[in-house]
Amino acid sequence: MNLNNIQVYNVADVNQYIKGLMDHDALLAALAVRGEISNYKLYPSGHHYFSLKDESGAIRCVMFRSDGARLRFRPQNGMKVVALGRVTVFPRDGQYQLYCRDLVPDGVGALHQAFEQLRDRLGREGLFDPGRKRPLPPYPTRVVLVTSPAGAAVRDLLRVLGARWPMASVLLIPVRVQGEGAWEEIARAIRWAGRTRAGDLIITGRGGGSMEDLWAFNEEGVARAIAHCPIPVISAVGHEPDVTIADYAADLRAATPSNGAELAVPDQVEVRAALANLSGRMVQALRSRLERERRQVKRLRESRVLVDPMAPIQDRRMLLDYHQRGLTAAARGGLWERKEKMAALAAALDALSPLKVLGRGYSMVLRDKQAVVSVDQVSPGDPITVTMGDGTLACVVEKRRKKHGRKKADL
Amino acid sequence: MAEKKLTFEQAMARLEEIVRRLEAGESPLDESMALFEEGAKLAAQCSAMLDKAEQKVTKLTRQGDAAVEVPFVPEGTEGTT
Repeated sequence: MNLNNIQVYNVADVNQYIKGLMDHDALLAALAVRGEISNYKLYPSGHHYFSLKDESGAIRCVMFRSDGARLRFRPQNGMKVVALGRVTVFPRDGQYQLYCRDLVPDGVGALHQAFEQLRDRLGREGLFDPGRKRPLPPYPTRVVLVTSPAGAAVRDLLRVLGARWPMASVLLIPVRVQGEGAWEEIARAIRWAGRTRAGDLIITGRGGGSMEDLWAFNEEGVARAIAHCPIPVISAVGHEPDVTIADYAADLRAATPSNGAELAVPDQVEVRAALANLSGRMVQALRSRLERERRQVKRLRESRVLVDPMAPIQDRRMLLDYHQRGLTAAARGGLWERKEKMAALAAALDALSPLKVLGRGYSMVLRDKQAVVSVDQVSPGDPITVTMGDGTLACVVEKRRKKHGRKKADL
Repeated sequence: MAEKKLTFEQAMARLEEIVRRLEAGESPLDESMALFEEGAKLAAQCSAMLDKAEQKVTKLTRQGDAAVEVPFVPEGTEGTT
């Protein structure tokens, strides 16, 4: 073969040529591809590499770190997704690839997986802890609604709020509740209401729909706005079986928008009944109080002291008599006892009496009424009295004679 | 206490406290009578608030840089403009 007649290209030129063709193609510049993830690999660089495949083929994909950081779930093999991006050639390998800007979980299964991943992650973070739940105000004065201004949800909310508790004014913050940008609007509205204390309660929600329709309420940003809101938040999304991440983050979860309004405010019928009950109890309490006071007065009036005012005096008099009797008896007893004791003492005294001695021939000498026991006490010429058993003699001392060895004789 | 300034919630709370105290029956009689009078007034106030209540609904809209509230009536409601 003569190569002189044909143009020969090098590899880079060919790849570059193909790349040029592909890059000028409007379809390849921005397209969405549905498939199942396989050969998924997250490189240390942060770039994601995988293939998208279906029954008949596969296409290599790459997602750069900056795009992958925005993913709200972790891609896994077998996950069905729709990849958004452009197809072009990587000249070094001569391989065309889908450069993914975004991955969206496709189908209910994949959405559920994304949902569960986010729920578990935020749950582990403590965002749904029961301790974070704030009590709802018992009688709200202003309710903030974060929902779409159109549709059944806002009508249901206003109807139930107005019927149950018209005293609360309502501020609607209109937001889109599905589609591109919806979750940002919802989160922003909740943050604004919290920051400005726009009311004492927020209800956010929408009517029922598919999981994709409700997805804005499964976004992390909405969950965080709810969890960090200083005002209590009720989530009222969809119908009974639909549970969203917002439901977990909210202080109270309502099954439907109508149910949200029911949980948010008291029913005026019940409050009126409660008021009547309180009034009745108040009347009853005062009535029984007055009855009790009346009985007390009656009891006092019938008490003995008022019926017979002298009674306590008579009681005391009787007591006095009793004590007096006792006292007299005691006193008398003591007197007898003393008398007998005295008699005994007198007998003893009698036995020792000097009068008895005088009766036996002894005399007692007194001078100036002092007993004279020594000759030294008198001098000749002194008057003395001599007492005997039957009388006294007035005498004068004539002479004094002192005995020697007196001390001995004194004994 | 400036009774007229009480919110519904405060009025109800006070009323409940009054009923509790009256039912306990521990305050002197003249104080009980005063409590009863206050309670009756509060109950009447609460009822009046309920009777007068009329739902006010506004919508937040942006006017320039300011957020303003305008009256709101949802579509599909009677009397819609």
